[in-house]
Amino acid sequence: MQVTVKLFASFQTGRFKIEVRDYPDQTLIGTIVRELNIPEEEVGILLLNAVHTKLDQSLSDGDLLAIFPLVGGG
Amino acid sequence: MSVKRFLAEKADGILLSWVDQREMMARFELDCAAAEELILQGGYLPARYQRNQQMISTAQQLQLFQSKVAVVGCGGLGGYILEELARLGVGQIVAIDPDVFEEHNLNRQLLSTIELLGTSKADAAVKRIAEINPAVSVSAINAAFSLENGSELLDGAVLAIDAVDNIPTRLELAEICSQLNIPLVHGAIAGWYGQVMTVSPGDGSMQKLYANWSGGKGIEAGLGNPSFTPAVAASLQVAEACKVLLGQGRGLNKRMLSINLLDMQFDEIPL
Repeated sequence: MQVTVKLFASFQTGRFKIEVRDYPDQTLIGTIVRELNIPEEEVGILLLNAVHTKLDQSLSDGDLLAIFPLVGGG
Repeated sequence: MSVKRFLAEKADGILLSWVDQREMMARFELDCAAAEELILQGGYLPARYQRNQQMISTAQQLQLFQSKVAVVGCGGLGGYILEELARLGVGQIVAIDPDVFEEHNLNRQLLSTIELLGTSKADAAVKRIAEINPAVSVSAINAAFSLENGSELLDGAVLAIDAVDNIPTRLELAEICSQLNIPLVHGAIAGWYGQVMTVSPGDGSMQKLYANWSGGKGIEAGLGNPSFTPAVAASLQVAEACKVLLGQGRGLNKRMLSINLLDMQFDEIPL
């Protein structure tokens, strides 16, 4: 299946901004995060087709996944 | 001579100069805040606010002056927020921070100076605001905001501004603001990146924003913070605060503005 992955802020560094990527059916968001070498504890908002979701959500063909880092400084 | 007559005689149009405001304080034995309130209630404007006009009417300037705003955190975001609130004319400010200035604050924290290293950030806010707008009453709280003291620290505030440096305190601040039924303007920064949103009491957007947080810091731990990111995020926060206090415009409610200064990209995220 094809999933469009959009990365934000520092997650773009050394990776990409937006890419259409191939994954096996039912791949979990957490699997994609690990495959991209994004530390799980740095993951903030996850939007699946513009709806908030969690790392254990599975994906379907044509999905748009947006991954934002946790930003907490002041 | 009555205050009314004094104002009518001294004002240039509706503007009253600082020199005349000082004379009014001396002649009628008023402190600066009391004089300012009488000036605004009389339909006059302290001349310091003349460039606020057109976007902020004299009646609205009085509304800002009679508002109490709590700023939680007096560091990177907080320093700019405090400065802008005071210059805007918000009359009562609570400045909350448990920390003292350290050398690594000097690259970005507006209130930090070499001379103030090792001294209280909240106390520095009081000193700075007294220098730029003595009509503003500032109380310094040299303590960390928590669920235990939160309600007391925010007592009487109509709005809180999030300028803290960690996620658990933000979640606690959102909880207390919800309990007190007051809005909260959130801001957070890391390196080239930042985010701003306005939380309405009980809307749960802070919890949603940090739903995947499992402990620890955000990406700021690795990225640090430069001079300009806190200034950008803080200014957006104060614009939101001004709108909330005056009931104007469209706020960042149920949506977060994600700021990327490296690519100058601004995204709106639904919450």
